[in-house]
Amino acid sequence: MRPLSQLNIAQSAIISAIEADESLFNRLSALGFRVGKTIRIIRRANFNGPLQVRLGTTDVILRHTDAARIQVNLNEH
Amino acid sequence: MKRIALLGMPNTGKSTLFNRISGASARVGNWPGITVDLMSAKILIGGHIADLIDLPGIYDLHGFSEDEQVVRHFLANNAVDLVIILLNSSQIDRQLSLVLQIKKLNIQAVLALNMADEAKQTGITIDTENLASALAMPVLQISAKYGDGLPKALQAAAQIINQNQIPTDPKLINRMLQADHQIEREMDTLIQKYVQIPTTLTDNTTDKIDRILLHKWFGLPLFFVAMFLFFQFIFSVGKPLQDLLAWAFRILRSDVLNSLFANSPAWFSGLMLDGVYNGLATVAAFVPIIVLFFLVMSMVEDSGYLSRAAFLMDALMAKMGLDGRGFVMMLMGFGCNVPALMGTRIMRSRPMRLLTMLVIPLSLCSARLQVFIFIIAALFTAQQAPIILFALYVTSFFTMFLTALLFQGQYKNSEPFLLELPPYRFPTPRQIVLRGWQEVKHFLIRASKFIIIGVVLVWALTNFPSDVPPASAGTIAGQIGLLFAPALDPIGINTQLAIALIFGFVAKEIVIGALAVIYGLQGEALMAQMASQIDWVQAMSFMLFTLIYTPCLSTIATLKNESKSSGFMWLSIAWSLSLAWVVSFVFYQGARALGF
Repeated sequence: MRPLSQLNIAQSAIISAIEADESLFNRLSALGFRVGKTIRIIRRANFNGPLQVRLGTTDVILRHTDAARIQVNLNEH
Repeated sequence: MKRIALLGMPNTGKSTLFNRISGASARVGNWPGITVDLMSAKILIGGHIADLIDLPGIYDLHGFSEDEQVVRHFLANNAVDLVIILLNSSQIDRQLSLVLQIKKLNIQAVLALNMADEAKQTGITIDTENLASALAMPVLQISAKYGDGLPKALQAAAQIINQNQIPTDPKLINRMLQADHQIEREMDTLIQKYVQIPTTLTDNTTDKIDRILLHKWFGLPLFFVAMFLFFQFIFSVGKPLQDLLAWAFRILRSDVLNSLFANSPAWFSGLMLDGVYNGLATVAAFVPIIVLFFLVMSMVEDSGYLSRAAFLMDALMAKMGLDGRGFVMMLMGFGCNVPALMGTRIMRSRPMRLLTMLVIPLSLCSARLQVFIFIIAALFTAQQAPIILFALYVTSFFTMFLTALLFQGQYKNSEPFLLELPPYRFPTPRQIVLRGWQEVKHFLIRASKFIIIGVVLVWALTNFPSDVPPASAGTIAGQIGLLFAPALDPIGINTQLAIALIFGFVAKEIVIGALAVIYGLQGEALMAQMASQIDWVQAMSFMLFTLIYTPCLSTIATLKNESKSSGFMWLSIAWSLSLAWVVSFVFYQGARALGF
């Protein structure tokens, strides 16, 4: 298990836990972040900027600090 | 009268649908229980007149973002007969939750699935008939952009309206909104049964464009080039239009109004022509720029590029407590502060929006540039000129960063920065034109009264008492200048310049004209006179003050309208005035101490 923020580009993983306060948790789940969902990092902005991730049909950008609250397990294949 | 609410997630084309149904009849209005204005329009549906309300785009009825609270409070305070829910077909797998939440509240609903073509391209097929019976509500595929399927959807809505069922009971809704679960499981079963989603999406045009526009190294330069071209377009098209408008106002005055008022007393013709009429002309001057700005902005916003700009600029903006979208508005401020302030509406978090609105008036707009070019030409050599101008731009950026840093504690952003990147889309001309028109209407209605009163006030200050020459030291404005001499002397600003500053409060465009009236000279002669009366340190101090203090009445009117708070407007005025004084003081006294 590792935080989403440490995933490499194009690596795909499965969300295993979301450790966020209520408002962040609600926003995340409304955008489709749920335990068991497959997630993939598309790109990172320069200078430690936000990450672009893809969940199903949705692309979302989020900051490092928020991504660090999402725990994922690497997809082995 | 019936009441129909339009509900949907962000980026589903909800405003497009609203504009398509309502045409240009939409207006902004207040509703019980909520503090923000919502757009609404009267429409004829199934033989009834109904109020159609465009609710803010939300992800979740139970969320805690400002918009989600607005929707909740609206439903808990206003009875509705029908909700039209708009979903993006290609994201139905997660957006369906909103439908189930509305269904749980027992509100009559019609489900409109937008962007069916986009879903088809990506290989998603939806069995609308069976989904409709499973949800027990009409489900229709539409295109908000082109209007396909809309008549059928409205027919379904009319049928429900014609059943004349009892509207919702806000109190009951309020109670039911408190608790629910289960929805997630229900959603998954429905999706599995009635929607087919391929494991990898077949359409990847957006990915290809993103690979270039969000490129690690080319992304930012491309963004700046794009912004430069947008603003270039706005001002190269807008400036001639502004000049044309100004010319028309001048002709009307010299050919018609002057003779019309020739026989009325001097004070009355002065009040009407220099006061009210000039006020009208000031308001009108902003119209071309606002129209063009919102034409371009709605294009950028609807195309999906604005969220990309946020992605590119966020690393820097986060340090100032702002986000990437604010940067686009800050850049716009260098053209004109007024549309930039109106544009902050795209930010949904109020604290962040207020912080951005506090920062924007400090950007060196094109009107201030005119003043600087005149004064620089009068007091500096051609070699010095570019350096001085550059220094003013640097100062402008510096004051913006300083303000954001100082106030970011006050305006703590409570919403997490999570943005959806929608696929690139082409907005239709109709969509763009409607938006431009609505913004101008909004500006004219809200700002004109305020601005005309301000212009009349400044006219009175500089023309009374009437037995002394206008704008001289004997007028009320001159007296105010003398009164403030103890504050203005330490920054090198004499009475004449102080009167010009009072004029500059209305609009920076009239500062040079005001100086001409004050000195009784024009053009070259005015430059020579000023050069002989003040030295470069005073001129620089005057320019710094002009740069930082309140940009113009239109900006103030817009600040007040957009923030809906006089307190915030006064804070902005007080902050910029004190910052202007401190910067000018440090510069003037520092330069003098160094022997200049």
